[in-house]
Amino acid sequence: MDTLFAIFQVASLVLILALLYHPLGEYMARIYTSTKDLKVERGFYRLIGVEARSEQTWQSYLRGVLAFSVTGLLFVYLLQRFQAVLPYSLGLPAVPEGLSFNTAASFVANTNWQSYSPELTLGYTVQIAGLAVQNFVSAAVGIAVAIALVRGFARRKSGTIGNFWVDLTRGTLRLLLPISLLGAVVLIASGVIQNFNGFTEISTLSGGVQHLPGGPVASQEVIKNLGTNGGGFFNANAAHPFENPNAWTSLLQNVLMLMIPFSLTRTFGRMVGDPKQGHAILAVMATIFVTSLTFLTYLELKGAGTAPQLAGAAMEGKEQRFGIFASTLFGSTSTLTSTGAVNSMHDSYTALGGMMPMINMMLGEVTPGGVGSGLYGMLILAVIAVFIGGLLVGRTPEYLGKKLGPKEIKLASLFILVTPTLALVGTALSFGIPAIRADVEATSIWNPGVHGLSEVLYAFTSAANNNGSAFAGLTANTPWLNTALGIAMLLGRFIPIVFVLALAGSLAAQDKVPATAGTLPTHRPQFVGLLIGVTLIVTALTYFPVLALGPLAEGLL
Amino acid sequence: MSTTTLSQATPQELEKSHAKKTMATAFNFAQLLNAFPGAFRKLDPRLMWRNPVMFIVEVGAALTTILAVAEPFLGGPQSSGGTPVPASFTWGIAVWLWLTVIFANLAESVAEGRGKAQADSLRKTRTSTIAHRVTGYEASVDPAAERSLTQEVSSAELHLGDILVVVAGELIPGDGDIIWGIASIDESAITGESAPVVRESGGDRSAVTGGTRVLSDRIVVIVTSKPGETFVDRMIGLVEGASRQKTPNEIALNILLASLSIIFVIVTLTLNPIASYSAATVSLPVLIALLVCLIPTTIGALLSAIDIAGMDRLVQHNVLAMSGRAVEAAGDVTTLLLDKTGTITYGNRQASEFVQLADVSEQELIRAAALSSLSDPTPEGKSIVTLADAQGVHVGTSVDGVIVPFTAQTRMSGLDLPDGTQIRKGAGSAVLAWLAEDEPTPSSVLIELETHVEHISQSGGTPLVVACKTSAGVNQILGVVHLKDVVKEGLSERFAELRAMGIRTIMITGDNPLTAKAIAAEAGVDDYLAEATPEDKLALIRREQEGGNLVAMTGDGTNDAPALAQADVGVAMNTGTSAAKEAGNMVDLDSDPSKLIDIVRIGKQLLITRGALTTFSIANDIAKYFAIIPAMFMGVFPGLAVLNIMNLHSPSSAVLSAIIFNAMIIIILIPLALRGVKYRPLSASKILSRNLLVYGLGGVIAPFIGIKLIDLIISVIPGF
Repeated sequence: MDTLFAIFQVASLVLILALLYHPLGEYMARIYTSTKDLKVERGFYRLIGVEARSEQTWQSYLRGVLAFSVTGLLFVYLLQRFQAVLPYSLGLPAVPEGLSFNTAASFVANTNWQSYSPELTLGYTVQIAGLAVQNFVSAAVGIAVAIALVRGFARRKSGTIGNFWVDLTRGTLRLLLPISLLGAVVLIASGVIQNFNGFTEISTLSGGVQHLPGGPVASQEVIKNLGTNGGGFFNANAAHPFENPNAWTSLLQNVLMLMIPFSLTRTFGRMVGDPKQGHAILAVMATIFVTSLTFLTYLELKGAGTAPQLAGAAMEGKEQRFGIFASTLFGSTSTLTSTGAVNSMHDSYTALGGMMPMINMMLGEVTPGGVGSGLYGMLILAVIAVFIGGLLVGRTPEYLGKKLGPKEIKLASLFILVTPTLALVGTALSFGIPAIRADVEATSIWNPGVHGLSEVLYAFTSAANNNGSAFAGLTANTPWLNTALGIAMLLGRFIPIVFVLALAGSLAAQDKVPATAGTLPTHRPQFVGLLIGVTLIVTALTYFPVLALGPLAEGLL
Repeated sequence: MSTTTLSQATPQELEKSHAKKTMATAFNFAQLLNAFPGAFRKLDPRLMWRNPVMFIVEVGAALTTILAVAEPFLGGPQSSGGTPVPASFTWGIAVWLWLTVIFANLAESVAEGRGKAQADSLRKTRTSTIAHRVTGYEASVDPAAERSLTQEVSSAELHLGDILVVVAGELIPGDGDIIWGIASIDESAITGESAPVVRESGGDRSAVTGGTRVLSDRIVVIVTSKPGETFVDRMIGLVEGASRQKTPNEIALNILLASLSIIFVIVTLTLNPIASYSAATVSLPVLIALLVCLIPTTIGALLSAIDIAGMDRLVQHNVLAMSGRAVEAAGDVTTLLLDKTGTITYGNRQASEFVQLADVSEQELIRAAALSSLSDPTPEGKSIVTLADAQGVHVGTSVDGVIVPFTAQTRMSGLDLPDGTQIRKGAGSAVLAWLAEDEPTPSSVLIELETHVEHISQSGGTPLVVACKTSAGVNQILGVVHLKDVVKEGLSERFAELRAMGIRTIMITGDNPLTAKAIAAEAGVDDYLAEATPEDKLALIRREQEGGNLVAMTGDGTNDAPALAQADVGVAMNTGTSAAKEAGNMVDLDSDPSKLIDIVRIGKQLLITRGALTTFSIANDIAKYFAIIPAMFMGVFPGLAVLNIMNLHSPSSAVLSAIIFNAMIIIILIPLALRGVKYRPLSASKILSRNLLVYGLGGVIAPFIGIKLIDLIISVIPGF
């Protein structure tokens, strides 16, 4: 029965995504290539003083991204600091400095790591004007950067890569908002709450009193998934029945998380004029996705350990209404996209099972990854794969007609350096500096030893890769973790963006080399295999030692 | 446009040059021994610094050595990851790390050593010679400089524009162009070819190279390069690798390798702080061993050897590349421009068929054609006699009569027999005009002749009309000889190979479009440029480049220079002018235009070898991880023994085995790095599959076997 239900869920998910792939991918391509502006957009451009038809160099595009994000960071930070005087704050006090910084960084970086318990910390104004807005625009920034890189591949001898403000506006207004509206209605119809009731006092069956928080959950929930943000309205995130009441909403949330990242490969194929190129990238993403999901599900079903075997299944930390498969599916989707939402607690997975979400993030959030960031991350890996493959066939490597010379390889190499460095150095500092270690041991880690190590490693991996999911069991609301994770999130988001845009600029400036029989074909299964290999090996070589110290040490007993 | 007709290499010559190549490619133990001193000299950190990957290894080796020395005073080796290590462990690691660095240097030294031998023989030609410099040379008054004063100066004191007189038996003191005279010159010092070549003033064969010897006659030469910057100097620099500059792909690869190294440095540096929380820390020698195993040492060690060897391979093919960039560009070439004459065809037309008119017997035509060609020294004439012979008409070796040579006015040649019969052969219009002197040819004959002529022209051949006037006053057109441009054998297969590699071939010819088309079809080239002028050629190159193609071409004339400079790979013939050699980025000492195809192959081979060893190097890491990771932490987490899939004897032996394998693989791969990966002309897709299988999968599997074997040996050592 369980197996049948699992198959049904997977089949529906694949079917829905497959149906969406073509129309959504084409629609996004049209959004970012159209030369017409909506009336509301024109008004907005006039407001911010942007000439919609003017194109930007990569430096100018980057300045736009950074200026916009810094402004957002300051705004969200100040909003929290002044919460006490803001309306609809449910009487909650101002958020402390460290936590405000962490949260602001987290939402601006499309990470949505939450060091706090939302329902006890943030009122409606901060949630809506601060966090929900960032959920939209940080996602739109990610897609814009990916589109800029795609333009780099598509254009010939061009000094420009598009206009950031136009891409940002269109992504928000034409893509994220309409789908969110539709999605919210479906979620509300399916039982997700949407109100401004504040706390409702109820009497429990045993006669006690409980304060149930309400709020505009459905509207937040849909963009949380669609924009691969992941920050929940409630601390329990999508395990909370108000956020995710049943198996159907859980499946729907999977669809929301995956639809844009997967369909963007179609947009990419369309914009570079060869949909097969998009299919190849899609195949790489999908293959790793399915493999990872299969491993996690297998490990959880096997349920190694005394407690799971006594209980009959590894159900600790999982919701009865979802069962094992819907939990592992959600967990995989959430960590393979950079969402980081949870409908089960990854900390409670079996030791090796708990390693899978961690590995998923260590892959660099590229299969299919966050909205936009997944595509540009995978294209960077494709550049590396093409470079090695190109040498193997005896040609100066070229991808989509663009030569990959020293400059391109330098940018791609720097890109892949960033997140492993942040994750490993962050973890090492947490344990290596005695004062910090004392603090981490005393206040943050609830499970000392190997598992505690995994928790800290998970936190930094999640922050550096902009996933935002937590292993749970780690108190992150401390000065060190708030600061260090906040910095990791910002650097993990924006340093790679610098390299991606620089690469876009350098590619756009090049002419296109025509493909011949001597060119490495990048749309065949052969290249898909090569790219999968490069993705896995780069990750494995970087993280194998620390995984051996954490989950492997715990799981291989 | 090339006007030089190239002599065909005889089979013996080909064999000889082939033998030379195989001898030079062999890699032997003596070479290895000779390279040892160089390998030690290269340990200088200031030199190592240029190769970041191997520099890291050297620093690691130095650190481990210091530790090994200090250990006895610090109370023996520190235990690692909860496992005690034997006393000799640190020394073992230190020694093998040094060997890793030395092996890498050795690879480079061996590669350089092979060039050195060649450079030495070249240097001998550079010994200072006495030059006879003409003072007050005036070309209009005394072009041969016979009445001018000469002054004896050392060749080292020559300047650009100096005028020299060189007579038979002397060495030419410097590079230059002949401005007066003709001489046969022995260029064997440079080309290795013992047959002398003829150089003369004017035209495209006027360039002479310093260090070559004049065998006959007297020439006046103008110096075109300064001492120290001559062709031979450049050659020495190139074959020694001294003037080697990193190529774009090499730089890109270095960047990738450096960034991988940085990742692994971070992995290693962060390991102990993290391990300190849940496990025992790892000792420094083990940590260094881990780092060295992970960074791409195999390719890092062999990269410069691969590149030097790549240049060397070109030199062995008697091609000099002026930069490594040109060699790389050769691998990227997508369009090849090939001169028809000498490259695609044998350079001269040959008789292939006799077509007689209706009322003439075949015997009659063949006999007349052969007789009139007996004293014709041109290849065309000889080929007519040969063909006649083959068809059973033997006219002997000499004939009485008056030979009428070919002139530009008559455009005919022929023979006046003693009996008064006149035989002529030549272009149709010329022969008809000659006949019309007496009476016009009847139109029925004209129509028939026209059909044959047309037919031959359309097939790309040249029709040669044969006619005779007997003493009786009978004029008769006998028929037509079909002269054909003979396409070299096996070319269409080679062009098909090139097509499979994604390279388009374009034939360049001065012929008319009709002829060009027919020959292009027969040779199997993809396209042709007929009635080509140097300007057309330049325009064609520009057009191709605008479409994103990389163009390679050969040329020898001064008027080829602009095109040679414009092409991405311009191969100048050594027989060509200084201007051509200056404009191209390669010089073919054998002056064989078809070598372009070899050059492309060598360029590709260079890139593939780099890619193959990079893939191999990275793939190796998987097995090394499975050796070292469990070894590092098994003391604390016995469960990690599951990862010890090679079932290595002990943690210490596992780490040492991985390090030894890492060093040995460099030595094992030196021959491959020098020889280059075998290149087959296949499509990119097939090459990729094959190389991924051999170097990717092979790179994953080989170290599992290698490390296990080494471990079996080490496990015998007490303490391990």
